[in-house]
Order: sequence, then structure tokens, then C-alpha cells
Amino acid sequence: MSVIFGKLTWDAIPFHEPIPLITSAVVLAAVAAIAVWVWRNGWWPYLRDEYITSTDHKRIGIMYIVLALLMLVRGFADAIMMRLQQSMAIGASQGYLTPEHYNQIFSAHGTIMIFFVAMPFVIGFMNFVVPLQLGVRDVAFPTMNNVSFWLTASGALLINLSLFIGEFARTGWLAFPPLSEKEFSPGVGVDYYLVALQISGVGTVLTSVNFVTTILKIRAPGMSYFRMPVFCWTSLASNLLILAAFPVLTVTLGLLMLDRYLDFHFFTNDGGGNSMLYMNLIWVWGHPEVYILALPAFGIYSEVAATFSGKPLFGYRSMVFATLAICIISFMVWLHHFFTMGAGANINAIFGIASMVIGIPTGVKIYNWLFTMYGGRVRFTVPMHYLIGFMLTFVVGGLTGVLLAIPPVDFVVHNSLFLVAHFHQVIIGGVVFALMAGYTYWFPKAFGFTLDERLGKAVFWCWFIGFHLAFMPSYLLGFYGATRRMQHIPDPSWAPWLHLELFGAVIIGAGIVLTVVQLLYSIKTREQRLDVTGDPWDGRTLEWLTLSPPPHYNFAVLPDVHGEEAYWTRKQTAIKMDQLIKEPDYQPIEMPVSTPVGVICAFFASVCGFAVIWHIWWLAILGLIGAFAVFVWYAWQDEHEHIVPVDEVRTNARERRRIRMEHLHSLSQST
Amino acid sequence: MTTEAATIGLTHSGSEDTGLGHRGPESKSIVVPYGFWLFVLSDMVLFSALFATYASLVNATDGGPTTNQLFDRTLVAIETLALLLSSFTCGLAMIAAKRKNMNLTQIWLLVTGLLGAVFLFIEFYEFAHMIGEGAPPQRSAFLSSFFTLVGCHGAHVTAGLLWIGTMMAQIWAKGFKEHIVRRLLCLSIFWHALDIIWVAIFTIVYLIGTLP
Ligand code: HEM
Ligand SMILES: [Cu+2]
Repeated sequence: MSVIFGKLTWDAIPFHEPIPLITSAVVLAAVAAIAVWVWRNGWWPYLRDEYITSTDHKRIGIMYIVLALLMLVRGFADAIMMRLQQSMAIGASQGYLTPEHYNQIFSAHGTIMIFFVAMPFVIGFMNFVVPLQLGVRDVAFPTMNNVSFWLTASGALLINLSLFIGEFARTGWLAFPPLSEKEFSPGVGVDYYLVALQISGVGTVLTSVNFVTTILKIRAPGMSYFRMPVFCWTSLASNLLILAAFPVLTVTLGLLMLDRYLDFHFFTNDGGGNSMLYMNLIWVWGHPEVYILALPAFGIYSEVAATFSGKPLFGYRSMVFATLAICIISFMVWLHHFFTMGAGANINAIFGIASMVIGIPTGVKIYNWLFTMYGGRVRFTVPMHYLIGFMLTFVVGGLTGVLLAIPPVDFVVHNSLFLVAHFHQVIIGGVVFALMAGYTYWFPKAFGFTLDERLGKAVFWCWFIGFHLAFMPSYLLGFYGATRRMQHIPDPSWAPWLHLELFGAVIIGAGIVLTVVQLLYSIKTREQRLDVTGDPWDGRTLEWLTLSPPPHYNFAVLPDVHGEEAYWTRKQTAIKMDQLIKEPDYQPIEMPVSTPVGVICAFFASVCGFAVIWHIWWLAILGLIGAFAVFVWYAWQDEHEHIVPVDEVRTNARERRRIRMEHLHSLSQST
Repeated sequence: MTTEAATIGLTHSGSEDTGLGHRGPESKSIVVPYGFWLFVLSDMVLFSALFATYASLVNATDGGPTTNQLFDRTLVAIETLALLLSSFTCGLAMIAAKRKNMNLTQIWLLVTGLLGAVFLFIEFYEFAHMIGEGAPPQRSAFLSSFFTLVGCHGAHVTAGLLWIGTMMAQIWAKGFKEHIVRRLLCLSIFWHALDIIWVAIFTIVYLIGTLP
């Protein structure tokens, strides 16, 4: 049996545990219902051709964001379960979750939120926005882009599968050894973690190759480095960080796999292994990871600040240099995650100071956003709410970060709820707010109609208030001595704070529900909020030059860029001269064809991954052979591109010019 | 007036030269190798993490064999020679491909692959020998890191061999089409990169490890 099924037996299905069992049933039913619904409406061919196999960066970006939103719901479900447990299991009560189960939940929550919410969300925006802002038709490697997405999805699938078949890691989101070694975690939980992250990690590295190449080599004529929008700069920085940091994660997790699967001794207690080596390696990736997420978020804020203040971004160049400075310094601070290792006072001091130095370029950015708003005609739209909410929240979160960077202070609050409060404050206040702002800001570009403002503001207030209620008390609890990852709370006097935190989490939950409501409501009333001009916010960068949604080739002719703020300059000149750019000479356009190769790759990756997790070696080998065969098959095909005929390009472009001309007239009349 | 007219494209044709040479997207013949270079760079980062691991565990022998007792300089010298030569023949294959000389390209690729196979064979022999002598990777943290670092390079060489085989078949079947030659260029970048990494392994692991 074990040759055929490896470690897989019927015991792997949680028949005796109601929570995962019911969840599995509900999720399976929902997936089946959606599948039937799509099928019955005849949407399957559209879905297959326009999304699943698409090489269009916009479609891929949307798929990333859908994945991120789905996983946000999963991650939030974990969060609310933890909060519920912590507000119940106080003193004599043990709550409703066993330690075994609770440990899986916080590990899954952290892993999912970072790798399958924040990462795909950020990468989704890069996909959707960067080629448009650079004024080009697609990324450098469109097919690889599709593969990257599907590998990420495969990782997400495996992590969620652990809920139904087997178990997840109980080791926390970074799976520190020796706890994560076979000796102390003999089950498949850690293997799920490792394999899922390895697969999605490959996708992420490919993404970074793609985007660094795109941003450095594929730009519209005249788009020199210092004319690129800040979001492109921060995306470049973020992708450089991925390129330099993710291979280290691959190695770290790979070494742990060798320990677990082949009895190597990298991080074990015996055989000369050294678990602190793991801490160093994983944080060499881990700290830059923070900025991989934060820098594009800062880019989104920059776009939002300029657009809704009606002014160019204040200190554009200082923003770029601050971004690059953060990019470099972020590789020099990893040790602040384990000051308690005992590296000695001098080393701790150096890393402490380096950590604080990052505060300087970040501070520069905050002032730049403030000065952008200063004296501008600020429109308090939903994205602007998030920007202001971010600045208020992030400054406090940054300050507690500086506190943590002081080694003696860190010795006191290390691994306490103070730390949990700090990183949620920067990641929710910094990254999640930006993602919600970007979602609202670029939604009309993606779908051709805006989202409802009132509901959007309600969502914002839910996140803002909910976040503060859910995490501010944790700073206090941290000082009281509450460590993180507690399944049971020994001190009854903490109860009121924990109940308040639960209440905050419920408010955030209301915000997530309202996001869905907002989406449905906006779809229903879309006729009243159509974006006919393609420029609903009076934007400044090139994505607002084209239609909403853009044709799949984005621009009929690549725009010629003159000066910073490519679109704004063009728009203002056109208004002044009451004339559009001379009609160019339209050419047929070559576009990459869609391809099933991404889905097939992900299929083999998932099968292979599953087989490795469960030690089903024949299946793993079969999967590898299959993957190689697909690779050769794909390489064998001659490159296909399909040609958009010049007539189609011309007709679309003329229609577009007519609309823009009307838009210009209305703009020049209003000024 | 004129600058404004230029901004909306009324007065001039073509792109403004920004002094940085950004005249629109680069051609595929630049973009593809560039992207591949970036990939190779990330691979180099991967190896640097493995080197760091090796460096920090090299003395963690847990009472087991140490570098001096295990490594055989002559064997490694032959191995190195084979790999360096293969880089040279890979270069010859590229030159032949540039001249669209089918037979020479195939021959040099074949020689490159064979030299790679010799390298792998010696590595395999070394590994088997060590395991037979009671120095398997499970013996100590040092041996774990040694086998992983060198083995990871070996795995790359194996992948390279598969790639060489596929490339030979492709060139044979399709001739020197533009995208095939581009792939060949990527292959040669890959192969040379493996050489560079091997030089580092040779120095850091074997030379330093066999100092008296
Ligand atoms: C939506 C609201 C959220 C709530 C209510 C929430 C709540 C929690 C709670 C209760 C914990 C465990 C704290 C402990 O150790 O006792 C936790 C841990 C964590 N959260 Fe969140 N969280 C939220 C959002 C996020 C987001 C958006 C991210 C990242 C993008 C995130 C990343 C993490 C990580 C990495 C951990 C550490 C897990 C571990 O201990 O291994 N969380 N969160
Ligand atoms: Cu850090």
C-alpha cells in the first residue's frame, strides 16, 4: 500500500473534526456551484480564452487580484477564529480550539496573508498597471507571465488542500527549526508549507525576471528613467528585491526539506546542525520581503496623492532615491529579527542603527506625500481616504518599529503581542490600505465603470476603526507580558482588551463583507457609473490615455513621451491648443496568442507537489517527466503571434479620438 | 508654441531623443538574453546562499571526516579541466551556429555535452566513493552542506545536458531560425555561468579544503 499511496491513508481526512470537515464541505459545494453556474450561463469558453489561458498582462493582473481577494477571506477566517479563541480561552476556560488546531491556524493565517494575499495583490497591480504606465503593449515575456500566475495559484491550492487532506504546519509562518524538523513535526503539515512555498516561489522569481526586463527594456519612446511614474520605479525596486531575495528563500526551504526528507543535518540539534543558520537565512529573505510589499504600496500612494491633489508629485526625484535607498538598506538589517540570538552588543548595535536608518528615506516619502497635498485641490475620494488613513497609522507603526530596533527594548518585547501589533500596523496600515486604494483607483480602468463611493468609504472606515480596535490593545498586552501565539490566556485581567480586539476584528470583517456588497452593487448599477472617457479621475499617467477597459493591445500607437507626467502634459497641451495629436500612421499589431502552458505547468507542479508531500514517489517522478515533456513540447512549437489587422486598429483608434476630443472640449469648458 | 506643438506631436515625427537612447521597446534579440541574464543572476544568488551555508558549517564535522581527509585534488583537477574545456567547445559551437554551419554546431554541442557528462561522471564517482567511505551527507552538517552545494551544481549541469540534447534536436529539425539561435545563446550563457560557479566551488571547497 505504502508504495502506491505513500503516507496517504483515510485518516488524513478529518472525519472526526467538525470544523475543517464542515469548511471542506462548504468550500467544495461553493466551488461546484460556481462551476455549474459558469457552465450553465455559457461563460466557460470566455473564461478559458480570455482569462485562464490569456497572456494579456491586464487579464493576468486581474486573476492575481481575484486570487488575493479569495485568499484574504480565507486568511481573515483564520484571524477571526484566533481572536475568538483568545477571547474565550481565558483563565479556567479552554475555548473551542485545541492547541494542535490553534497552532495550525496561526501558521496558516500568517503564511496565507503574506504569500497568497499580499504578494499576489501587489503583483497583480504591477501586472495590470506597469505596462500601461510605460505606454507599451505587454510585459517582456507574456507566456511566462501566465506560467508565473498559475504556479502561484498552485501553491495556494496546495496550502488550502491541507485543510481537507492531512494537516498544516504548527510551526508559525516561518517554520523555524528545530521545531519544524522531522523529529518534532513528523506529520505532513510542514511539508505542505515547504512544497507550496517552493512552487509559488518559482512563480515569483519568474515574475521578477519579467518585470525587471520589462521596466528596463520595454518602454514607450521618450520614456526615460526619470520620466517613469513612481509606481513603475517602486515596482522595479520591488522586483529587484525579489530577484535578490527569493532565491535565498528557495535555498532556506530547500535545506529544511533535505533535513526532513533525507536526514541531512543543516538545522537539526544533532550532527553539528545549527538552527540559527536558518534564522539568518530566512530573514535575509524576510526583511527585504517587507519592502517587496511596501515599496509598490508606496508607489500606489504616490499615484493617488498626485492625481487627487491635482498636482505633480512633490519631490519626484527624492521619491525615487528614497525608494532605491530603502531597496539597498533593506538587505542590511535582517539581524533585528533575532537580537536575542546573542550575537553580542556591537553587532546588535550596528543592526539596530541600520534598522533605524531605513526610517529616514521612509520619512522623506511621508513628507513628499504631505507636500503633494499641500496647496493642491484635494479631492477626498476613497483612495485619498486610504492615503490619509495610511499616513496616520503608518507613522505610529513605524515608530514602534524604531522602538523594536533598539536591542535592549527588543529583549523585553521580543515575540510578544507588541511585535504582533507592530507588524500588523505596518502591514495593514501600509500595505492593505494601499491595495484597497489601488483597487478603487484602477477598478474603472479594468472594467469600465467606477465603484460606489459611499460604500467604498464605509469599507475604509471599517478597516480604519476596526484595525485600531483590533490591534492597539496588543501593544499594551505586550507590555503586560503577553507573548504571541497563545492558545490560552492565563491572566483574566487581560480579558477586556481581548474582547475589544475581537470586536475590532468583527468590524474589519464587516468591511470585507461590505467590499463584496460594494462590488455587487456597483456591477448592478454600472450603467450610471460608466467610464466613457477612460480618464475618470483626471489622471496624470499613461494608463488614463487609453480606453477603459483598454483594448488588448493597450495603445493603437505607442505614445511618444515628452516630459514627466506623460499623459498630463499631453492632455494640457491638447486642451490649450484645442487639438489632439496628429493622427498617426496606424500599423497592424502583433500580439502573443493565448496558451494553455501555464495551466498545464501548474497541474504538473500541483500533482508533483502533492506526491512529494505524501511521499508518493512514483507519482512525483511521473509528474516531473510530464513537466519536462510539456517543456519540450512548448519549446518545439514555433512562436505564434496573432496580428490585429490595421483596419481594426484604425477603427478603434478613430472612435477613441472622437471620445477624447469631446472629453477635451468638456474639460476646456470647465476650466 | 513650438514645444507645445511638439508635445502633442504636431511638429515632429519620431521620438524625441532623451539623451538616454530610449527610443521605444528593445527588440527581442536584446530582451530575451537580457531576461535570461537576470535569471542567471538569481541563480547566482541561490549559489551564494549555499556558499554561505557551506562556509558556516564547514567545521561542523561532528567528529566525522574533515575536508582534508576526503578531497582528492587530482580527481577534482581532471573534473575541472573537463568543465573548462566544455565551456570552450560551447563557445566554438556558438561560432559555428553564427556561421550557420550545421555539422560543426552539432559536433561541438555534442563534445560539450560529452565533456559535461565526463564531469558528472567524476562527480558521481567522488560522491559514491565518499558515501562508501562512511562520509554520506547524513554524517555531519559539514557533509550535508558539501553534498548540497556541489550536488546543486551537478543538478544544474544535468539540466544543462538535457537542454543541450533538446537544442541539438531542435537545430537539427528546424535549422538556424532566429528564435532557435536566441535559445542557443541563452544555453551558452547558462553553461558559462555554471563554469564560473564551479571555479568558485573549486577554490572555496577543494583548494582551501586541501590546504595542509
Ligand atoms: C484582517 C485582519 C487581521 C487580523 C484580525 C489578524 C489577526 C492576527 C492574529 C490574532 C494573529 C496571532 C497573534 C498571536 O501570535 O497571538 C496574527 C498573526 C499574524 N498575522 Fe494577522 N491578522 C490580520 C491581518 C493580517 C494581514 C493582512 C497580514 C499580512 C499580510 C497578517 C499577517 C500575520 C502574520 C505573518 C502573523 C504571524 C503568524 C505567526 O505567528 O506565525 N495578518 N494575525
Ligand atoms: Cu526586518
